[in-house]
Amino acid sequence: MEAFAVTLTVFVLAMFVGFEVITKVPPTLHTPLMSGSNAISGITIIGAILLAGLDLTALTTTLAFVAVVFATINVVGGFLVTHRMLEMFKRK
Amino acid sequence: MRAALINFAYLVAATLFVLGFKGLSSPRTAVRANMIGALGMLIAVVATLLDRGIVSYGVILAGLGAGSAIGAVLALNIRMTAMPQMVALLNGFGGGASVLVAGSALLGALALGQALPYQSSVATAASGIIGAVTFWGSLVAYAKLQELVPGRPQAFPGQQILNGGLRLVSLLLGAWLVREPHATGLYWGLVIVASVLGVTSVLPIGGADMPVVICLLNSYSGLAACATGFVLNNNGLIIAGSLVGASGIILSQIMCKAMNRSLANVLFGGLGAEVATGPLADEVYAGKVKAASPQEIAMVMETARRVVIVPGYGMAVSQAQHAVRDLARLLESRGTEVEFGIHPVAGRMPGHMNVLLAEANIPYEKVKEMSEINPSFEQTDVALVIGANDVVNPSARTDPKSPIAGMPILDVDKAKTVVVIKRSLSPGFAGIPNPLFAADHTLMLFDDGKKAVLDLTAALKEAT
Repeated sequence: MEAFAVTLTVFVLAMFVGFEVITKVPPTLHTPLMSGSNAISGITIIGAILLAGLDLTALTTTLAFVAVVFATINVVGGFLVTHRMLEMFKRK
Repeated sequence: MRAALINFAYLVAATLFVLGFKGLSSPRTAVRANMIGALGMLIAVVATLLDRGIVSYGVILAGLGAGSAIGAVLALNIRMTAMPQMVALLNGFGGGASVLVAGSALLGALALGQALPYQSSVATAASGIIGAVTFWGSLVAYAKLQELVPGRPQAFPGQQILNGGLRLVSLLLGAWLVREPHATGLYWGLVIVASVLGVTSVLPIGGADMPVVICLLNSYSGLAACATGFVLNNNGLIIAGSLVGASGIILSQIMCKAMNRSLANVLFGGLGAEVATGPLADEVYAGKVKAASPQEIAMVMETARRVVIVPGYGMAVSQAQHAVRDLARLLESRGTEVEFGIHPVAGRMPGHMNVLLAEANIPYEKVKEMSEINPSFEQTDVALVIGANDVVNPSARTDPKSPIAGMPILDVDKAKTVVVIKRSLSPGFAGIPNPLFAADHTLMLFDDGKKAVLDLTAALKEAT
């Protein structure tokens, strides 16, 4: 329960930070914001990596492998496509 | 010691994510901001690879390789007009990953004979439900945007009851799983029910409401990651997930406000599903609509001192953004002031039009938000509407009974002349006629968006 209290604290504070920072993003950049935050939601990748590396049972490893693939698509695809868009905003 | 170092690395990653979001506050710093975010992710991944629990790297590297290849191919080949589909698809993968990670963690803990504390089992259930809804909801959103299934709302009788029932069943299965975490069948049952829920929740929602749905799914994908973080007791996941969750919630709110609707109304209302009341199209349009040729319109534009271009989804569909830029440059070379006015829900996702105009090299300073451009329409000679309908419908201001009453619109009708490029008089997603098209000072150019803009540009060149 104590550990939960700590993680919950982190969660609530991070939400507040998120609200503060993201309300400052101008509407022009809302699409890159979405694809970029998308990439960050691929953070599940670290959970997937941990479980894929444990090598417990064939089933857990298979599930984790697919999770690594999905999350990596999310991360790599998200950051790359955001980069492509933002480059277009930069040039004049 | 190593575990502490890994946690420090997560702290660094989380800090970089926050800095990355912060840098998105201006287009000037945005490219670097995105790289900072990516660096954060790289640090998190490398730190995780150092975890002592990891005994084999083969599977991990294979997964990273395959995922990177697929992700890169998708990201480098997607057209800018198809960006909403891309984001929907990526959201889905994030949600799917959360379902699989939570499932794998559950089975793993049981295989190791570990006791599951409440925190883990509750979070596992939450990951399963949110992740599955995100995955399937996003796939349906993708199919709708890609027009694999019709974009119109697919309503069926008893739909709200069905969705309510599914929601309840998934929560009950979740509660049961918390009581009996060893019954892994419950987890997969819950995932199946939530999957059906994902499909039946998004299917009834129409194309025009997609911006809200994508934002919401974006938020869900973050919250799913958060829930998975609670499963694994991992602060890295929790912080990154909640940042994304917050971002999606804020964007959904902005979108709802721009449509003057509540989130509940978007999710359960099904705009365009009900038969629109109010004046019939024939009454509004009969004998009043003036169709004009590109030459006639060029004559009006020739003398204009200020032109405001209002793009809508139609510009994206006909890929007209480059043609629009050429027209804008031609006007500018003749001394006309040109600006762009963007409605927050133009297109299929927030900021979609801005990306398309940026792709065509139109400087972002000339692209104005609704609140910024609206006061200037009275001093505007020509408002050129390209493939937009409901967001320029004055009924929102004038007719309190209209389905879109109170929705903030771009006041193009206040310009001296309004030119509307549109394929036909067919209604927009709200399913109502637009009195703007019948107004005395409106000229209609019926054609495909791109062709019409090219014709207009050619006619204007000839006139010179």
